[in-house]
Amino acid sequence: MPDANELLQLVPKAEGKQSMKDFKSDQEVRWCPGCGDYAVLAAVQGFMPELGLAKENITFVSGIGCSSRFPYYMNTYGMHSIHGRAPSIATGLATSRRDLSVWVVTGDGDALSIGGNHLIHALRRNVNLKILLFNNRIYGLTKGQYSPTSEVGKITKSTPMGSLDAPFNPVSLALGAEASFVARTVDSDRKHLTSVLRAAADHPGTALVEIYQNCNIFNDGAFEVLKDKERAEEAVIRLEHGRPILFGADNSKGVVRDAITGDLSVVAVTEENQSQVLVHDAHNPSPTTAFALSRLADADTLHHTPIGVLRSVERPVYDALMSDQLDAAIEQHGKGDLSTLLAGSDTWTVVG
Amino acid sequence: MTSQVSSPAGKSDEASEAVVGEQRAPHIDRTGATEKEIRRLDRVIIRFAGDSGDGMQLTGDRFTSETASFGNDLSTLPNFPAEIRAPAGTLPGVSSFQLHFADHDILTPGDAPNVLVAMNPAALKANIADVPRGADIIVNTDEFTKRPMAKVGYAESPLEDGSLDAYNVHPVPLTTLTIEALKEFGLSRKEAERSKNMFALGLLSWMYNRPTEGTETFLRSKFARKPEIAEANVAAFRAGWNFGETTEDFAVSYEVAPASQAFPTGTYRNISGNLALSYGLIAAGRLADLPVYLGSYPITPASDILHELSKHKNFGVRTFQAEDEIAGIGAALGAAFGGSLGVTTTSGPGVALKSETIGLAVSLELPLLIIDIQRGGPSTGLPTKTEQADLLQAMYGRNGEAPVPIVAPRTPADCFDAALDAARIALTYRTPVFLLSDGYLANGSEPWRIPEIDSLPDLRTQFATGPNHELADGTEVFWPYKRDPETLARPWAVPGTPGLEHRIGGIEKQDGTGNISYDPANHDFMVRTRQAKVDGIQVPDVEVDDPAGATTLVLGWGSTYGPITAAVRRLRAAGETIAQAHLRHLNPFPRNLGEVLRRYDKVVVPEMNLGQLALLLRAEYLVDARSYNQVNGMPFKAEQLATALKEAIDA
Repeated sequence: MPDANELLQLVPKAEGKQSMKDFKSDQEVRWCPGCGDYAVLAAVQGFMPELGLAKENITFVSGIGCSSRFPYYMNTYGMHSIHGRAPSIATGLATSRRDLSVWVVTGDGDALSIGGNHLIHALRRNVNLKILLFNNRIYGLTKGQYSPTSEVGKITKSTPMGSLDAPFNPVSLALGAEASFVARTVDSDRKHLTSVLRAAADHPGTALVEIYQNCNIFNDGAFEVLKDKERAEEAVIRLEHGRPILFGADNSKGVVRDAITGDLSVVAVTEENQSQVLVHDAHNPSPTTAFALSRLADADTLHHTPIGVLRSVERPVYDALMSDQLDAAIEQHGKGDLSTLLAGSDTWTVVG
Repeated sequence: MTSQVSSPAGKSDEASEAVVGEQRAPHIDRTGATEKEIRRLDRVIIRFAGDSGDGMQLTGDRFTSETASFGNDLSTLPNFPAEIRAPAGTLPGVSSFQLHFADHDILTPGDAPNVLVAMNPAALKANIADVPRGADIIVNTDEFTKRPMAKVGYAESPLEDGSLDAYNVHPVPLTTLTIEALKEFGLSRKEAERSKNMFALGLLSWMYNRPTEGTETFLRSKFARKPEIAEANVAAFRAGWNFGETTEDFAVSYEVAPASQAFPTGTYRNISGNLALSYGLIAAGRLADLPVYLGSYPITPASDILHELSKHKNFGVRTFQAEDEIAGIGAALGAAFGGSLGVTTTSGPGVALKSETIGLAVSLELPLLIIDIQRGGPSTGLPTKTEQADLLQAMYGRNGEAPVPIVAPRTPADCFDAALDAARIALTYRTPVFLLSDGYLANGSEPWRIPEIDSLPDLRTQFATGPNHELADGTEVFWPYKRDPETLARPWAVPGTPGLEHRIGGIEKQDGTGNISYDPANHDFMVRTRQAKVDGIQVPDVEVDDPAGATTLVLGWGSTYGPITAAVRRLRAAGETIAQAHLRHLNPFPRNLGEVLRRYDKVVVPEMNLGQLALLLRAEYLVDARSYNQVNGMPFKAEQLATALKEAIDA
């Protein structure tokens, strides 16, 4: 099993120094003015030079939706595919071309509704893909229907009396689907967004990054509670590996484990309970605590929303395993010989 | 099934059902008092029938291998239920394998068996209607007891009530004899009983003087980890042979000489359609110098191609069993974007799920092979039976104007060449291509002349390596949709190529640049250009076999080639004149097809659907193509087709 660095080194490095400009395509960006997608695009374009990868070896694959226009704006290889199917197309590309850095750009409808099956199977297989899931909790491109992450009771054009179905928590879903890397970040926090992207890029295997992204036309302010400086203090739990999980004004709140139920809860930190505050371990082989952390957030109010890398563990990468099998087959049987194959073992000869 | 359409005069083959199995040159061997009579036959049709758990497919496969290695021409028809194990002893649980072999070239698995091996009452009941009077029936009498007979509605034993008087019945207690033969192996009764199919195979192998080494080697390798089971099966096989040789019930054995005259010189093997297709895909990868990437989801009757390709990773073949049909083709298309020969294999229901991605491939103009092993439909339909009813789905089953070339093999072995041809079109024209095989071709088998590698076509293609366009200001740029003026193919620029970074997608593209374009005139132009590209694909003219200047033409496509050709031979042997042509390319049609159709007063189109090719011909050429259709899950019978064609000639 090759280690992480070996895997990432399969992608050739850029020859010269790159700048953000190198990653901007000549196409005019056509998202609505004020859309959160602009911030994510800028962050990605700004962060790409850091990776130092040959840009011809970077490919962005997307599905359908507002965010899925993303590849058109990147001066790399790209494919804008069909609704929900980007993970499957990217799987074929990544498993056949290990010298590529393959990124998937998708949205909450694309990844969790029509393409839910492909997402969970990509995560389970641990294909070397970086999946950026833009979650705006609404359908934007089709003009404002509720999405699989919309809160219950959402009033939209298709749900005038309120939506009935319980939303997915994408982080919980990914953890349940055996994801080896799961993170969450927010469009407006460039620094945090970039740090999470960096961690995702460094991860061998599938990395899922949920990006809370504002749709200022159909669901404006959906994440305001996480952005507004005052309220964010209470709402956002910033996770950092190896650090105690503290938040709130002056880190006055913390996350502790209930000794009886094993579940997590938020407490006011006191001198007595200070030692019980959970220390975040993103590399814990068990996803149990990461899952419990993902459940702290209130789906309606978004209070106690953890952001950062919830889980980052190493496990065998599908494309490497697939490649290993090809090598093993050659080792065992020699490189395939076509005439031997076609002849088989049971032949007869007709002479004229 | 190796012959040309025309049959040399005087060749009897399938010209008349009446001569089937009749002795051609009686040869009575009386060299020794204990020797039995050996009669020489020109051809024989055997059907093995039993319960799904009786191993009839394996028995048929082994008899086929013995027959192939002996050098007969042959054609097979496996026929089994979709249920893995339907309730034992019931009519739905009957599985059968029909094999036609001859000393000359033949075209079909045969209409009616000369010999039926019935392992139980259900097998007898399910198959007796197909057996002509006078044929041999070998029955396992051990199973003709009260309960198994009652299960299929026999109140009285058909072996005793006189209902089989018109047949030559050989009652053999197969189970008892097998158990008796294996008593020294210390197996349980149940274990020993399982070898009864090998006993039956041994008996038939004696009857038709088949070579036996192959089967013994096969059994020892199949049960290599259980040597006692291997030896028990070998012993049962030999006991069956010896039973035939010693018992008086079988007074005569038969010889069918090798079909040495029917075959061009060369080295041959037996091959099924799905195996030939798998080898064709591997060969296409080699000839194109591209890695093969198969994205697939298991579905009957296509799964064997996934299984086969998975065995050949040492050819650099990647096989990906996806989470569903959509992901299967998605991965294949993703790999094609990256420079692989992308392939997806499926059957009709899978094609329905893949439609949107096929449309994307049309729009992206990337090479992609879509292999549809057609089965009975609609919906789940008849998964293990054959049909040709996906033609219009392949032709039109997508949103928008989304033309896809279609290639159809005509015999099991032809699946190899059809795969190469489909790859040629996909790679040359940068387009998805449909290959329409079917259940009959997939599971049927025939001798195949193993090709010399040097004789196979060169499928190599060029990736784009640099700019292909100069802007007005002199800047050199890469335009992903700037076409080759001859083929209208666009450049294939794979990720990893510096300077050619570009974006493609399902949204309409501007001609040349490939940038998103909603311009009405551009869309009109692009739709017409994609159509023109497919219309312009080079395919050979359709050849017409018309030795006597007929006025009626029979035109088929795909797997009906065997039965149609056999029917045509019968008619010609009976003094009729009829012309025959067969289509490999359904989209685009051969350039000369319209002219060919107009040459004849009558055009008859037999299809295993309700007239899909006929509809296309009528629409395209305004000719009065007449359909002859069958959708019962089985291939046409030559006799039935001959009758229908005769009616058309006389009409």
